[in-house]
Amino acid sequence: MKLDAGIPSGPIDQAWDNARFDMKLVNPANKRRHTLIVVGSGLAGASASASLGELGYNVLCFCFQDSPRRAHSIAAQGGINAAKNYQNDGDSIYRLFYDTVKGGDFRAREANVYRLAQNSVHIIDQCVAQGVPFAREYGGSLENRSFGGAQVSRTFYARGQTGQQLLLGAYQALERQIDAGQVTMFPRTEMLDLIVIDGQARGIVTRNLITGKLGVQLADAVILATGGYGNVYYLSTNAKGSNATAIWRAHKRGALFANPCFTQIHPTCIPVSGDYQSKLTLMSESLRNDGRIWVPKKKGDKRKPSEIPEEERDYYLERKYPAFGNLVPRDVASRNAKAVCDEGRGVGESGLGVYLDFSEAIQRLGEETIRERYGNLFDMYQRITDENPYKVPMRIYPAIHYTMGGLWVDYQLQSTIPGLFVLGEANFSDHGANRLGASALMQGLSDGYFIIPYTVGNYLATAKRGKVSDAHPEVQAAVTSVQQGIDKLLSIRGKRTVDSFHRELGKIMWDDCGMSRNAKDLQEAIGRIRALREEYWQNVNVPGSGDDLNQSLEKAGRVADFFELGELMCIDALERNESCGGHFREEYQTPEGEAQRDDEHYSYAAAWGYTGPGKPPELTKEPLEFAYVHPSQRSYK
Amino acid sequence: MKLTLTIWRQKNPGTQGKFVSYPMNDVNPEMSMLECLDVLNERLIEKGEEPVAFEHDCREGICGSCGFMINGIAHGPLPGTTVCQLTTRHFKDGDELTLEPWRSASFPFIKDLAVDRRSLDRIIESGGYISVSTGNVPDGNAIPVGKEIADRAMDAAACIGCGACVAACPNGSAALFTGAKIAHLGILPQGKEEADRRAVRMVGQMNAEGFGSCTNIGECTGVCPKEIPLEVIAKMNHDYLCGAWRERHQAITTIAPVTDWDFAKK
Repeated sequence: MKLDAGIPSGPIDQAWDNARFDMKLVNPANKRRHTLIVVGSGLAGASASASLGELGYNVLCFCFQDSPRRAHSIAAQGGINAAKNYQNDGDSIYRLFYDTVKGGDFRAREANVYRLAQNSVHIIDQCVAQGVPFAREYGGSLENRSFGGAQVSRTFYARGQTGQQLLLGAYQALERQIDAGQVTMFPRTEMLDLIVIDGQARGIVTRNLITGKLGVQLADAVILATGGYGNVYYLSTNAKGSNATAIWRAHKRGALFANPCFTQIHPTCIPVSGDYQSKLTLMSESLRNDGRIWVPKKKGDKRKPSEIPEEERDYYLERKYPAFGNLVPRDVASRNAKAVCDEGRGVGESGLGVYLDFSEAIQRLGEETIRERYGNLFDMYQRITDENPYKVPMRIYPAIHYTMGGLWVDYQLQSTIPGLFVLGEANFSDHGANRLGASALMQGLSDGYFIIPYTVGNYLATAKRGKVSDAHPEVQAAVTSVQQGIDKLLSIRGKRTVDSFHRELGKIMWDDCGMSRNAKDLQEAIGRIRALREEYWQNVNVPGSGDDLNQSLEKAGRVADFFELGELMCIDALERNESCGGHFREEYQTPEGEAQRDDEHYSYAAAWGYTGPGKPPELTKEPLEFAYVHPSQRSYK
Repeated sequence: MKLTLTIWRQKNPGTQGKFVSYPMNDVNPEMSMLECLDVLNERLIEKGEEPVAFEHDCREGICGSCGFMINGIAHGPLPGTTVCQLTTRHFKDGDELTLEPWRSASFPFIKDLAVDRRSLDRIIESGGYISVSTGNVPDGNAIPVGKEIADRAMDAAACIGCGACVAACPNGSAALFTGAKIAHLGILPQGKEEADRRAVRMVGQMNAEGFGSCTNIGECTGVCPKEIPLEVIAKMNHDYLCGAWRERHQAITTIAPVTDWDFAKK
């Protein structure tokens, strides 16, 4: 198989304009004759549904939560980047593009990233017009702050709840289209399979989570905006319901899965406190603007932080990276936290933690200013840990946060299955091997508001499609296979709960395919995951029935998919004999311990194809070309 | 520590429900209430019983999925906190906690601690937005918004739509929820153009859903995990009065409340 990303020719700053001009349009009167399925209602899904509804398409939007407003985009805290250069500090579309390509460690597609940077400025305008209450200066203009991985202030924010406010903006736009009759919303409805007919994505099989009934929805195109797969690790900053089932089942129907091993570990999360722990809580990266990260110089130093004098503290990020200091990108910050903890200098009971200290900022700016900037985060920290971060330093540790990998898409955001489009975190396209802070919101909204409305129209106008009905054998086959999967899970009645399997899978993934990886551990992990998966299908206990609200059954199906995806992540990590971004292979590092890329052999996106149960996946490479940002050793020193 | 959880168990709206007590003898005070339920559910499954159904997702207090009454208080005793962030250290060793779902005629019952809050979505659907389509907008800084106004809009916009205000209100009113959206959008210059229509339609929908009237009791703001101030209800009433006068020639349409889950095929 050969992958063609369909990158437009010509200078990169004109590529998107040219591509849009070349696209075929759908006549306004014809739009209502086209039905589009959107799965997911987060930033990408809600913005896509709203925008496509505004254009006049007949949109069906699905989410597993009780309301589209619950999608996990809501939890993003820090902000959203845009190359507005409102601060007159040297920002530009080109600089945002450059920072993102470099931040992604030269494993993203240049043309996509450039388009993302171009769209960033429109996103802010759109959100302001929707009434998103961004932070403002006294004069009424928009305020910005700086964020990890950048030396300009280009991040727009709404307190520590930027994701919430952007999602509510998109959700409200979506509700407006529901009111207008353009979008039909299907809450508490989970996609369990993709229907592919004559090689084209034509619909989905769903399960109503209240009645348990399976349903079939047919359409002219299917758009997946179902988020990332960080919950493979069990403990992550993702919502409990976040899952990979939609993209994984699309993968099994033929969509290639790209760079599955590119996962992001967020450096500032509240450390794990016990076995019962169900998820990890993120503390926004924006805290690194004013907080200083340190550990004791001495190993095993059990003194209280206030008793450790200044000269016995190691502000290791400031020491090693004087240019960026505490604002180095996430992968660098996380790896360094792990390194100092591995040396035995970690803090807190478990020794898996580092201090994030605000005392200097409070002295310089006053407690009131710090409260203004981070008040809700400090409150949340105190609620969870019972410690007052105004008085004692926070303890933080890295946690799984985001997945850069996802379904492979071309420049049109179309997967390898014609008619199947993938947006936001669910695709692999823009962040390479590491995502910069405040870029996820930007990508979700860029894809949903400003890309898919054009590219899906081009598909509808150019791809010939036959008539389909529920009676089609492919439809019936998909429904049958979903029903069999559910029946099987309910029939095992083994001895272990779904969560106990999920926890064990997560531990394997975190230990062997987490912050650092090596060939030996990865090979062992693959064997252990296979063995655990086999046990799962013999010994899992899913109580209840399939015909009502059964949260164990929902989880069971998702965890079954996580097993298969986890194995693919390890295979991908093993295949990539280099270190880049969030993928750190211990065998490949510079003498200073930084990631050592191998551009000669690995400058490609690894797109994996499903070949059948138990069969090895097939690798197709999309070579990456860098005509503008010359790949170099990333340096933040 | 030890806690006894007395939980409302009911399989579906058609069956009789009852309280069932579950002693928990080894609660770690660092656990959240939901993690406490996770542990209970693991044990119930291992014993071959059905786990307790409860709503949850982000577990960071922002998605608004979770929520139930703890000893008669929506989201429990800690102010400004959802049950997912309420750690058990806020209770005393040996405490008995009664957990029951939000009770409101406008939140039809589903199972155990889960209820149907689609009525809140329909209130937003009936006008909780600014009518601006993608692309048809000026530059972000072309609409200046003073800091105080932006901050007040943000205070109201922080609502997570969990429904605690309704559950806590003796009248079962959704005025705090509805007022929060009307206030958020109505005080911003972008939202002023359709403030009349918005208030009239949203209040009309709130009534059509069967929510009770507000009599300024204030339980809602007391339990609100985002501490939405009561003043948003004053703003709602103000906008509604102005709108009802100026829009008096317009017919008010409301959306038919839907309570079943059998979606018609499109």
